[in-house]
Amino acid sequence: MTMPLLDIRDLRLSVPLGRFALHPLLKGVSFQIMPGEAYGLVGESGSGKSVTSLAVMGLLKKPLAVTGGQILFKGQNLLALPMREMRRLRGNRIAMIFQEPMTALNPLSTVGRQIAEMFVLHQGKSWGEAEKLAVESLGNVRVPNPDRRAKNYPHQMSGGLRQRVMIAMALACGPDLLIADEPTTALDVTVQAEVLRLIKELCAARGTAVLFISHDLGVIASICQRVGVMYSGCLVEENETRALFDSPRHEYTRGLLGALPRLGSRSEQGRQRLVDIDSIIADRSKLTESRFITPRELEGSQP
Amino acid sequence: MLRFTLRRILQVAPTVVVVALLIFVIFSVVPGTFAVSLFADGKRAADPQLIARLNEEFGLNKPLMERFATYVTDLARFDLGTSFRTRQPVVDLINDRMGASLQLSVAAMVFAIVVGVPFGFLAALRPGSMLDTTTMIGAISGLSLPDFWFGLLLMYLFALQLNWLPSFGYGDGSLQNLILPAVTLGVTPLALLARTTRAGVLDVLNADFIRTAHSKGMSEAKVVRWHVARNALVLIVTTVGLQFGSLIGQAVVIEKLFAWPGIGSLLVDSVAIRDIPVVQGTILVIVLWFLIINTAVDLVYAAIDPRIKQE
Repeated sequence: MTMPLLDIRDLRLSVPLGRFALHPLLKGVSFQIMPGEAYGLVGESGSGKSVTSLAVMGLLKKPLAVTGGQILFKGQNLLALPMREMRRLRGNRIAMIFQEPMTALNPLSTVGRQIAEMFVLHQGKSWGEAEKLAVESLGNVRVPNPDRRAKNYPHQMSGGLRQRVMIAMALACGPDLLIADEPTTALDVTVQAEVLRLIKELCAARGTAVLFISHDLGVIASICQRVGVMYSGCLVEENETRALFDSPRHEYTRGLLGALPRLGSRSEQGRQRLVDIDSIIADRSKLTESRFITPRELEGSQP
Repeated sequence: MLRFTLRRILQVAPTVVVVALLIFVIFSVVPGTFAVSLFADGKRAADPQLIARLNEEFGLNKPLMERFATYVTDLARFDLGTSFRTRQPVVDLINDRMGASLQLSVAAMVFAIVVGVPFGFLAALRPGSMLDTTTMIGAISGLSLPDFWFGLLLMYLFALQLNWLPSFGYGDGSLQNLILPAVTLGVTPLALLARTTRAGVLDVLNADFIRTAHSKGMSEAKVVRWHVARNALVLIVTTVGLQFGSLIGQAVVIEKLFAWPGIGSLLVDSVAIRDIPVVQGTILVIVLWFLIINTAVDLVYAAIDPRIKQE
């Protein structure tokens, strides 16, 4: 049996409320990602997807704090790693793409230089060499005229191109794990499809594992082998993508799937009734432990 | 960049024209004339004959429109007129004072930048720390202290008590004479700079691209050097420009206090005796200085931020 690349065990995260109380944001989340695997995390805003990814990167900002659990990367607990070691992994072995390509790049620096930083930081290249490698990286993410584009500033590029720059930057050092936090949410639909295909193909070709975070089930389905469903700081269900879509076990997952409009399944007067999730899930505070809660329990907690 | 520079310089011209007109209008409305002010001390009885003769000589009896026409045509030839009091060309008077004024405001600004920017920067990098708190308390104090009072304090301490520096005067124009007035004048811009630098740096630190930089595995020092510094510079340059531009005008009080022979004291003296040509000329020069600094700031902006050249 191969060792998982990323093994998150009972991860707990909280934000302090006042002096003594802690408000839990992650209530014991556990999942594993195998080398080369694409794993999707879905859930609504505030369910804890993004903080999970930031915890893996070690980029949590105060007052957010890990209060328990382990994040094992190749068997090494990232939470116990000294800053210097963590920096060596960050960007190099674990890279991240963010949601907002408009603001995630430094507006006063050329994109070539921003990609080149990766080679200077992690491979000890000179700036001259690094800039050449950056042009190459831009070519790899299929940016047309990479040597001209490398001299562009972010404001001279479209959202789709900027996200390609982000991908080029993230994959520059050939990481083992790519964390993509809603990388296509801010893009329009046609560009979205291209960017998704790019991430999928590049990662498959290099054997890079992906932790893909989205609230969009369609996007997740197109890219991930396995999916975890998060709700209110808990991982409520996890399954192979196909199985999850075919037979969702958890009420919330069913709600999510039911909320998707479907082509062809029209009901009366050409209108389609979409499920409202609030009517399924009752009191968040009752969800104190992360476990696969049965639909019955949830129904029981409804007023 | 060349086109941008030219455009910015051309934009200065209409402003100068409007300001020149405004100045003329204001001083044709202000009550009192040079001739009357000669008797304002009350030592001599006003002599109507002399007043009439002087008004005649300076052309103050002519209709407003005629005076305006002379003013504008002279201005177009860079002639600022002749002083009522000294009968010298205003241009020469200002020329004599300009050096001292520039010296004072440049020294004050250098002092403000060299002290204010680093402190603001460090405070922002460690918000809530001792250094941050002290810097901000210092900045607030610097802003709230009346500068003439602060000047007196410095004078008392360093000139009277310690006897390290001359208490006032231009002397032979040496650095020693410059220190006290420059520090006094520099305190307000220093405090403002420290505060805006801190605010600007904090703003940049919260930007998304700083998170990106951290996610690349950069050390704190590199994040600051590669990504924070340049972005924070935009706000710092703005503040420097605004302060620097208005400094010559603000120096009036300080120049009086330290008997510094600059434009500011020339202005005050001339207003008191209604030496209108000098007043007009001085204000015009101060405005022009402000515009020059502003234009320079715009050009520096464009050099820092590639987005500005495009607009």
